[in-house]
Amino acid sequence: MNRPRIVRLPEHIVEIVSDAGEGAQKAAVAFARLCAKTGNGLWTVEIIPSEIRPPPHTIGSASGNRIRLAERSQVTNAGNLADVVLAFNEMALLSRLEAGSLADDVLVLIDDQWATHDVEEYRLSYREVLDKFRTRGATIIEMPLQEETLRHVEDAEQGKNMFAVGLLCALYSKDVNLLKNVIRGIFEKKTREVIETAVKLAGAGYEYGLAHLEERFEIQAVPTDVPKVAMNGNTALALGAVSAGFEMCSMYPITPATSASHELSDIFEDFGGFVHQAEDEIAAIGVALGASYAGKTALTITSGPGMALKAEFQGLAVMTETPLVIVDVQRGGPSTGLPTKIEQADLLHALYGAPGDAPKVVMAPSTIEECYYILSVARKIAEEFRMLVIVLSDANLATGQQLFDRPDVCETQERPPLDLSPVSPGALPYDWDPTTGLSQRLIPGQPGGMGVTTSLNHDVNGKACYDSESNQRGHAMRSRKLAALQRSLHRPSVYGEPEGDLLLVGWGSTRGAIEEAVDMAREEGYAVSSLNIQFLSPLPPGLHEIFAGFEKIITVELNYSDDWEDPLITKENRRYGQLAWILRAATLLDVDCYAKVPGRPYMPVEIVDEIQRILGDQPAVESLGETLRALKGVS
Amino acid sequence: MSSIAELCVIESGAVEAHSLDDYESEKPRWCKGCGDHGVLAALQRMLRTNNLDPEDVVAVSGIGCSSRLPHYLNTYGFHGIHGRALPIATGVRLARPELPVIVIMGDGDCFSIGGNHWLHAIRYNINAVVLVLDNEVYALTKMQASPTTPDGCKTNTTPHGTYLQPMNPLSAVMGMTNVSFVAQTATWLPAHLDETIEKAWEHHGLSFVRILQRCPVFMPKAFGEGGLNFPVVFLEHEDGIPVHPSLLARGAARAHNHRDINEAQRVAVAVDPAPMGLIYQNPDVPAYEEIRWNRKERPDHQTFVQRLDAVMDRYTVS
Repeated sequence: MNRPRIVRLPEHIVEIVSDAGEGAQKAAVAFARLCAKTGNGLWTVEIIPSEIRPPPHTIGSASGNRIRLAERSQVTNAGNLADVVLAFNEMALLSRLEAGSLADDVLVLIDDQWATHDVEEYRLSYREVLDKFRTRGATIIEMPLQEETLRHVEDAEQGKNMFAVGLLCALYSKDVNLLKNVIRGIFEKKTREVIETAVKLAGAGYEYGLAHLEERFEIQAVPTDVPKVAMNGNTALALGAVSAGFEMCSMYPITPATSASHELSDIFEDFGGFVHQAEDEIAAIGVALGASYAGKTALTITSGPGMALKAEFQGLAVMTETPLVIVDVQRGGPSTGLPTKIEQADLLHALYGAPGDAPKVVMAPSTIEECYYILSVARKIAEEFRMLVIVLSDANLATGQQLFDRPDVCETQERPPLDLSPVSPGALPYDWDPTTGLSQRLIPGQPGGMGVTTSLNHDVNGKACYDSESNQRGHAMRSRKLAALQRSLHRPSVYGEPEGDLLLVGWGSTRGAIEEAVDMAREEGYAVSSLNIQFLSPLPPGLHEIFAGFEKIITVELNYSDDWEDPLITKENRRYGQLAWILRAATLLDVDCYAKVPGRPYMPVEIVDEIQRILGDQPAVESLGETLRALKGVS
Repeated sequence: MSSIAELCVIESGAVEAHSLDDYESEKPRWCKGCGDHGVLAALQRMLRTNNLDPEDVVAVSGIGCSSRLPHYLNTYGFHGIHGRALPIATGVRLARPELPVIVIMGDGDCFSIGGNHWLHAIRYNINAVVLVLDNEVYALTKMQASPTTPDGCKTNTTPHGTYLQPMNPLSAVMGMTNVSFVAQTATWLPAHLDETIEKAWEHHGLSFVRILQRCPVFMPKAFGEGGLNFPVVFLEHEDGIPVHPSLLARGAARAHNHRDINEAQRVAVAVDPAPMGLIYQNPDVPAYEEIRWNRKERPDHQTFVQRLDAVMDRYTVS
């Protein structure tokens, strides 16, 4: 065979999909780690069915991963349409087309066993799906994935994935020995036989790729001296909880939050902490609140439905001014909704979900790196302000992987012993500073501090009272703390120019896609900038001044809003995206929104499309790239 | 590994004996004749008998008349939300296993809205005294049927009589894994109440005590008008709650081995006459917070940092 052509690329998006249980996820983990080790920047997104083993060979069974690789070390989002897809069967392949994930000219690598399969239905659908892809302009490489795997193992289900990752190693001109080491690391808890079989299969896939691929890719990495880590957002939260000095995480299993507690359960006891799995979501926050009341600020991790169940306890934390941190890894709602998919629809619930007026802090990390650091900030605020802090992560951050600078573990928060010194005579449990609303936190065990902490309205002594004056004062003091915190926050910085035609405002994990869209649109001549808001309550200072620099303000969020074109929708009844609601209320500006619920992250090109729709074709410096045009039918 | 004993040492020094006054806070606002007064007094006597420092005791309650008790006790107290006293108490014990915890709930609070927590708390077996003040009615919300309201009883939500047999909380807890202490007493038997609470305090694990008491306003006729005409049988054992001769006017005494779970389950199922005294005790069931504390390490800062560094290595790619 002729020497294959090697095409150098700045970046690529590859998806690996199989039936659930066939191991595409594992293959993707190995491939992503291989790429990270060679210095490529990356962002991965899990493709997860909602059931554990759905009926095989169906669209709903597709399971796998999307991996965006780049020369640059900083990749901030999952990118646009995939360039390569490796599929174990045609239905898994089709599922990605239906999800709107694939470029028209995608390179398809697919197992050819279905072409000659005993089941006629599979043969027919295989041909039909491949024809569909060919018509759209895809390049298709059929390969004997099953057959080749069976040369090495008896059960192909237990090895196709490793053959596939070897093939990708060849396709992207990576070092196969490095891949073998990565695989040994991933399977370190398995038997020697399992490990060596996996390594052998990966080697075989690599050799097959070298022998049969006529065109291969190379995405070089920019060398860096800064050590990097690759992890998903839930792992980052777990390690961040340890680093922040938490000693207890009390939780109840819920997708997509639970994996954070898996990691924490594994390591926390070595760090003087533990994960308590409670009998339900309510008890989970109750135990955390009890621990915080006793002086050890605790954490609870949940998702939307769990947030609803925790609402009454949130009110209790606010009323008693017990420090507490809740992480809500948001998923699609309402109700059970889309449990494995992203949505940013718990913002208003986080702000207003507890009954009564319950002022609390709400923060949102925008990158996986921020998932690591945010819990330190959350804990400090919770303790210093005696407040409930809600951290809104999401399914995209939770399961995606990103490369970031290795955190300095020396910066972990020390846990000083509890201060149980006697309370000075006359000290009161709610001795509110009238300017800031702050008061000292008394801890059981402190002599002289005895008294009841009550869910009832209470006065400075902590005594229940029912008069209007004390009720007004209690509310004011709890609210005042938010203002005090707001005054200590930095003005957020605008991405791009401080003035222009359009400002895109986002929160949470949409940041990467929004900023990439801003880059793309500015290149096309649009005067557009963006702003990521980390503090949703209190809102950061300076929003009025920032907004004044732009003709138009629009939020970009992954939650539902009515379209202006929808039937019956008028200015009076239109429902906006959730950040748009609060910005409209806070600024009295006509903030619009681009808020949809696709159940996946936004692609930068979709946002560019929206920018173009809003600002029209006026820049006309040059037309938007070919990719964008190719996308029109999809996005 | 840290042992729980090490954590539980409260510095002793020259300890002065506490008086009952030390445990008194504001004046109770319960109705005259309410059994809650008697439970408060009994608790205060138990605290004094054991000379517990008020600052080391945490009283946790839910919502209802009886849940106001922490307001009237001069210890640390947490008056929380309806049905959720046990998760809060579990959190306190997990965070600070050196602090004695007393939980006070009503029948609706514990058996109805807090039912899930109740059954799971028995299984956790946290080391705490758990008192349910059962007056067979929701009183603070003005007389609605509770899970223990007698069959046919007229309340504001069952004006033509309740529809169901009352729940038997004793047989429910006796069916839970890890049950370690179950007793029943009544506020019209003050000495028996005192000794039951003292026994509950001495027990290592979750001491579940159901205290029968009359609501003088909404259920004045409950328990045969507060014990006057209420059939009971006193459970007698050398390690049980003493049955003083004066009690025998209220009901007969019968020998009962509270260490035998099968015998205890049989006794718990029987409701007429109501068994009074120590129904079951197993001092060997481990307490959940101790299991967790015995497994966790307490590294110094340097070790902590080294370990976090090692975890970070697992995720380091370049």
